[in-house]
Amino acid sequence: MSTDDLIETFKAQLRDDPDVASAVAAIRALLGFLKQDRGETIQGLRSSLLAAINTLSRVDSSVAVSSGGELFLRFISLTSLEYSDYSKCKEIMIERGEIFLRKVSLSRNKIAKLCHPFIRDGARILTHAYSRVVLRVLEAAVESKKRFSVYVTESQPDQAGQVLINLQKMAKALRKLNIPVTVILDAAVGYIMEKVDLVLVGAEGVVESGGIINKIGTNQIAVCAKAQNKPFYVVAESFKFVRLFPLNQQDVPDKFKYKADTLKTSQNLTQEHPWIDYTSPSLITLLFTDLGVLTPSAVSDELIKLYL
Amino acid sequence: MLYVMALSPQAKEKLQDAIDKYLREKILLAAEAISRSAFEKINDNDVILVYGCSSLVNRTLCDAHVKKGQAFRVIVVDSRPRLEGRETLRRLVRKGIHCTYVMINAISYVLPEVSKVLLGAHALLANGSVMSRVGTSQIALVSKAYNVPVLVCCETYKFCERVQTDSFVSNELDDPDDLIVLRKGQAQLGGWAENKSLRLLNLVYDVTPPDLVDLVITDLGMIPCTSVPVVLRVKNVDQ
Repeated sequence: MSTDDLIETFKAQLRDDPDVASAVAAIRALLGFLKQDRGETIQGLRSSLLAAINTLSRVDSSVAVSSGGELFLRFISLTSLEYSDYSKCKEIMIERGEIFLRKVSLSRNKIAKLCHPFIRDGARILTHAYSRVVLRVLEAAVESKKRFSVYVTESQPDQAGQVLINLQKMAKALRKLNIPVTVILDAAVGYIMEKVDLVLVGAEGVVESGGIINKIGTNQIAVCAKAQNKPFYVVAESFKFVRLFPLNQQDVPDKFKYKADTLKTSQNLTQEHPWIDYTSPSLITLLFTDLGVLTPSAVSDELIKLYL
Repeated sequence: MLYVMALSPQAKEKLQDAIDKYLREKILLAAEAISRSAFEKINDNDVILVYGCSSLVNRTLCDAHVKKGQAFRVIVVDSRPRLEGRETLRRLVRKGIHCTYVMINAISYVLPEVSKVLLGAHALLANGSVMSRVGTSQIALVSKAYNVPVLVCCETYKFCERVQTDSFVSNELDDPDDLIVLRKGQAQLGGWAENKSLRLLNLVYDVTPPDLVDLVITDLGMIPCTSVPVVLRVKNVDQ
């Protein structure tokens, strides 16, 4: 499968199912790539898969795509493949790939089941930007007959004109579920924090320290929540766990901070506005993942189990 | 570990091989691995603060200097009575690294310009506390107050199953006479032994609580302090 075909498959997945996480679409594309690979050796297969993951990361520079791809690769080559027959090995790898994909597709529902009991009747929730996992959690809460209201931040920066699109995405989706929604300015988070009972955000990536990488503005919300003693909950699937350990905002690699197109075309990255920021683990109360409800310090333990 | 059933020469040889392997992997190669991991955390125009003399930290800085040139500078903090920082200073300056030398009472003065603190450790306890040369916890505390990230470099063989929450429950006492200073021919504190109400305390180690340390760099990768018990568990399973 050529790189263009791979990118086309990936983009087609995103187009056909707008609800799918970009990492899941990437994993599906990688599985297709694996099935069509004509190599004869395991090493060759590994290196072509690594190259494929790189290609996809260059199309969509979000943290989840690269972490999801790496975890996929690790999962299918986890234990030693004892068969000397290459085609048998490849079959097993494809089988494992399908299992991984199935597990990953079920993760959102698992998280929703774990998280919705934390939303009490009459709660006022603050959320940031558009997160499909948070949406699923709130759906589950609605299904269990809870009444609550949601404050959504405007979550800039989007290019002028697209502001309304981002605004509408989360608020529209919530209104469809008949949840009373208020859209607030990013600058109004400090003002609204005293009215809120809990903060619920998604994550683009979960790092080794237990901190998260998410849409810019998340760090501010976390700091305000800490100052007012409001619980700050994060919902993220386990394929978003990534082997990064940023010490501060500057330490996050540029390839995650800016969109893939910006990285390719821009001359001076300091003139560009970063899309993500890093929230340190001391500000996070709990993380809801398909591996269970974790405290930030438990994330590293899970990562050690996943990667070592 | 190998259980030697009989002292036959083969058994002895096996034991020697096991010891050599451990030395090679857990001590020598680990130092190389840690130096490489720590290099990723050193950015251009960094000001790195180090304390005392740690072979790991020295090695990391020298290797980074070879790869990066003049991209960073180092502030060496030292303290009495051991003055181990002088050895660090000697080694780094010899390699051509830009260094500044201060005593530990000056850290509040230098910390605003420091971008990260790199410390060595004598042991990492099971609750995530770092046991290191006395003065380390002070540096970590003041760095936290100035929001400077604190990185500890430590091989996994130094991970220990003991738990300690303070530096007094178990420590080493050094010669109290080392604290006596000769100034203009006069020994300050010289007659301390005769004075019944005066005691000199020369501690060797202190314990830094895990919330003051941001990152631990080990041969298994970069982990937060709180993950030490997991590494210990994984190690026990391996053996």
